[in-house]
Amino acid sequence: MMTPQTALLVGILAPLAVACLTPFLANRPVWRDAAGPIGGVVTFIAALQVALAVQAGETPRLFVAQIANELAIDFAVTPLGAIFGLVASGLWIFAGLYSVGYMRGAKEKHQTRFAAFYAVAVHAAMAIAWSGNLLVLFVFYEILTFSTYPLVTHKESQAARDAGRLYMSILVGTSIVLLLPAVIWVWMVTGNLEFRSGGILADVLDPKMAPLLLALFAFGVGKAALMPIHRWLPAAMVAPTPVSALLHAVAVVKAGVFTILTVVVYVFGIDFLSASGATTWLVWLASFTILSSSFVAITKDDIKARLAYSTISQLSYIVLGAAIASSVAVQGAALHIVMHAAGKITLFFCAGAIYVQAHLTKISELDGQGREMPWIFAAFFIGALSIIGIPPAGGSWSKFMLMVGAVDSQLYFVLAVLGLSSLLNIYYLLEPLSRGFFRPKVKDVTIESHPLVVIPPVITALLSLALFFYVDLFADLASLMVAP
Amino acid sequence: MLMQLAAIWNYLIVILLMMIGLFLVISRANLVKKLVGLSIFQTSVFLFYITLGRVSGGTAPILTDAPDTLYSNPLPHVLILTAIVVGVATTALGLALILRIKESFGSIEEDEILAVKNESAAADLLQAKPGAEA
Amino acid sequence: MNDGGLIATFLQNLPVLVVVVPLLLAPIVAIITAPRMAWAVSVAGVGSAFLAAILLQSITESIGRVTYHLGNWEPPWGIEFVVDSATSLTLVIMTGLAFLATLHARASLMAEIKHTDLGKCYAAWLLASGGLFGLVATGDAFNLFVFLEISALSSVILISMGAGADRRALSAGFNYLVIGAVGATFYVIGVGFVYAITGTLNIADLATRIADIGGGAALYAGFGFMIAGIMVKAAVFPVHIWLPAAYGYAPSAVSSLLAAIATKAALYVLARLLFTLFAGVPDITELAVTYVIVPLSLAGIFVGTVMAIYEKDIKLLLAHSSVAQIGYIALGFGLASSASVAASFVHIGNHALIKGGLFMAVGGFVAGLGSRANLTSFVGISRRMPITATAFTVCGLSLAGLPLTAGFISKLYLVRAILAEDAIVITALVLLSSALSLIYLWKIIEVMWMQPAPAKSPILVENPAIYVPLWIVALANIWFGVDASWLVAASRAAAAALLGGGL
Repeated sequence: MMTPQTALLVGILAPLAVACLTPFLANRPVWRDAAGPIGGVVTFIAALQVALAVQAGETPRLFVAQIANELAIDFAVTPLGAIFGLVASGLWIFAGLYSVGYMRGAKEKHQTRFAAFYAVAVHAAMAIAWSGNLLVLFVFYEILTFSTYPLVTHKESQAARDAGRLYMSILVGTSIVLLLPAVIWVWMVTGNLEFRSGGILADVLDPKMAPLLLALFAFGVGKAALMPIHRWLPAAMVAPTPVSALLHAVAVVKAGVFTILTVVVYVFGIDFLSASGATTWLVWLASFTILSSSFVAITKDDIKARLAYSTISQLSYIVLGAAIASSVAVQGAALHIVMHAAGKITLFFCAGAIYVQAHLTKISELDGQGREMPWIFAAFFIGALSIIGIPPAGGSWSKFMLMVGAVDSQLYFVLAVLGLSSLLNIYYLLEPLSRGFFRPKVKDVTIESHPLVVIPPVITALLSLALFFYVDLFADLASLMVAP
Repeated sequence: MLMQLAAIWNYLIVILLMMIGLFLVISRANLVKKLVGLSIFQTSVFLFYITLGRVSGGTAPILTDAPDTLYSNPLPHVLILTAIVVGVATTALGLALILRIKESFGSIEEDEILAVKNESAAADLLQAKPGAEA
Repeated sequence: MNDGGLIATFLQNLPVLVVVVPLLLAPIVAIITAPRMAWAVSVAGVGSAFLAAILLQSITESIGRVTYHLGNWEPPWGIEFVVDSATSLTLVIMTGLAFLATLHARASLMAEIKHTDLGKCYAAWLLASGGLFGLVATGDAFNLFVFLEISALSSVILISMGAGADRRALSAGFNYLVIGAVGATFYVIGVGFVYAITGTLNIADLATRIADIGGGAALYAGFGFMIAGIMVKAAVFPVHIWLPAAYGYAPSAVSSLLAAIATKAALYVLARLLFTLFAGVPDITELAVTYVIVPLSLAGIFVGTVMAIYEKDIKLLLAHSSVAQIGYIALGFGLASSASVAASFVHIGNHALIKGGLFMAVGGFVAGLGSRANLTSFVGISRRMPITATAFTVCGLSLAGLPLTAGFISKLYLVRAILAEDAIVITALVLLSSALSLIYLWKIIEVMWMQPAPAKSPILVENPAIYVPLWIVALANIWFGVDASWLVAASRAAAAALLGGGL
């Protein structure tokens, strides 16, 4: 259909076009609300074209502007970028549909502003996915932060504003103080910022400095929610659930781990990293984050808070895979981007649906409600399976590869960490379900039915199942990522 | 030591005037006195240049017909004429501002002006309404 | 060949035309009674200076250096204007921003100044602009003092014109007058010492003779006084204290003019002194730069940022922020490497755009609100004055250094230059201050966008005469954030001219 280059352009511009169009559709709610999902379909088709081209061995490129000398705004799709692009655009379709149902059901205000910035955030995510060099990645990383601020503070309450302040201070603070100098350091040492398979730092960076540079990246990319830079994520739960779904599955957090993975694979190079031993500390920190956030998740009664800490834990799976820095582990991390996205978005959709239909936000209130909202709880169950990593849910593939990677690198304690984490996941993710079906009701609520908040989670749940069987495209792209 | 100091007596006067002027500018609260200090400070600089230009045994730098005349350096005089003009303009502007300040604040003492400013700032704070019109 | 001769003469006269056209038009404007006419003549004056500066820039990009001898007297006895790559870049930035500020000034000044004073205001405006352009273009040390005072006195007049809206402008103007006069006099004392031992006032000649002399108490004293005097004008910490009140209480259009060009000129002169005039005594310049300029600029950065965080009045906040930004530029000059000096020039250009734009937006707000802009009156103003508010936000994000804006480019190059000097602590301090600056910016943005306008507040009128030049500046912020190639190349040439061996 389209040439890969045209698809690249369409994929990046379509969300931006939706964002620019939305203010003009303020008076036509149906058109305005349709623009998101339609844009999502267009973007996804473009992303699919791009991914197929990358799978065939091409690298679609697009040059936009020369900033100065060796700094340029250009886009070049790596296999990892193709994966992320598919995830972001595909899930936007469902998130767009879902947000219509949610915003109408919850009778939220400022829906036009919401829709516009939502689209800008997706645009930034696509640009991050397909960025051609570290500078472009940084640029759109910042744009993503700033464009999601109005979404986080959407309710304009004092709590929302406080959360927004925490959000901005942590994310922008870390990016200015840690990430920017890391990018400039790479620029100074290599003279350019291009991504290359096998990395660009191998011959020019003193291996003793590698842990420091890696630390600057790991903590500078606040969106990856590595402890102690994780506090913004639970705080951001004050936003409406479509935003949480976007933050947790589609755009923001995945952009964070995508950045770390890209830096590990295409800037450092996994061979350089494993040879220099620069990542050992990160393996420990990621493991710590996985376990401690799982323990915190158990203590949370608020559904979204529990899911937030679960996300922090799952993100560190990806960081762990990057830190192990072996071929299999890195592929597992890349696959986990996809699996976790599909699974988590399902869980968040369910949480939002429960709020919109039954006005319940706490797990303790869910007792006995399972029979009232069977579809939602069923979707929740499948999403949970994916996160826990049990077949036939897609998450089992990525978890499996991470375990294999750990064994390959003789990091046996990681196996224990992953295993323990799975057990904890089982507990805190299946508890809502067991309460819903096996306990008598504690609250009597009237369920309002909003199909648009029920259908998307069911679809994404089925998607999680489908990803178990139809994982080839992603697996191929992941293996291309580490191919020499 | 004393003989050395006596030899540079002109420069010592310059420094003395300079310091007096600066001291007045910094320490006096009365605005007119500040300006006076500024004037003295600037005058010391004029003196500095003119003494620099003096050549021992030289006469005033005005051309005569005698070919062997030793003149003092005329350039500092020219520079100082410029600087004097600047000084005059500065003093005039400063005095005009002092007049306006007196009209507006009712005083030309710095501490009293500060007190008036603080009062009106406090009053503004009490009156302020969000998005207020003038 | 008459045409060729005419054009050649015109090009040869460009350095002096940049300065003389605004200066000559000033007394004419003073006697024009119709404000519109006065404004139009001012625009013509500053606009022609801008054209001349652009032409000069293209000449220096090809030839490298243009000189003009006033009165056809040969230097070093006569006064000459010297324009090399550094001068022409600074002139382009200054004249360009002055032009945009003048375009925007009509409506803004009409809202804040008495009708009958407008003619005098434009006259002072032209004098200030012409004086500042002359400050940059001149190649004679005493001529520099003359332009210093021309621009200072006319700036005082401009600042005091804010007394119609707020009487604190009068004391701000008076303080600026006194402190500025002390600074200028320090500079003259320094020139006196230097003249006493070299016998010349021409900057190029001075550089050679100072290099020959190489040292001595008189030279050191002269150096100290000259640098200290210029630092007062450049508002480097701790002699910056006149700046917040001066920019805060002046009429908004005046603030946008002065914030964009006045301190930049003085910083350029500081660089000239350090790298051209006193290039022959590297031991003293290195001492000054390492132990005075760098620590003071770092202090200025933090003091400015912290004061801005606690400030509620928007213009005062922006003025404190200017002190911090001046610190960044001075830091770049202080590190004295080719990369850092180039980064400083990049920031001179970008900051002129940023602050000029911000103050223009505030002018728009003040004209619409009819009262001072502070965090209370700003509540929900994004709904009442959306066009101005969006432009303000764009320039504000540029100030914070959001990528794809001009401010990010400055930050990128400055941090890189500092890292290249292995100055890790300074890098960390600069990045920290940049993160802190987000606090005061976000306070304003939160109040503007995230809080609803108070009930029953009317929609305010936005004057196109104000927001069109404002949006040109805001779009320029984005343009130079995406395509910074010209600015970066010109800054590198400027650094090379400055450091590469004198005038």
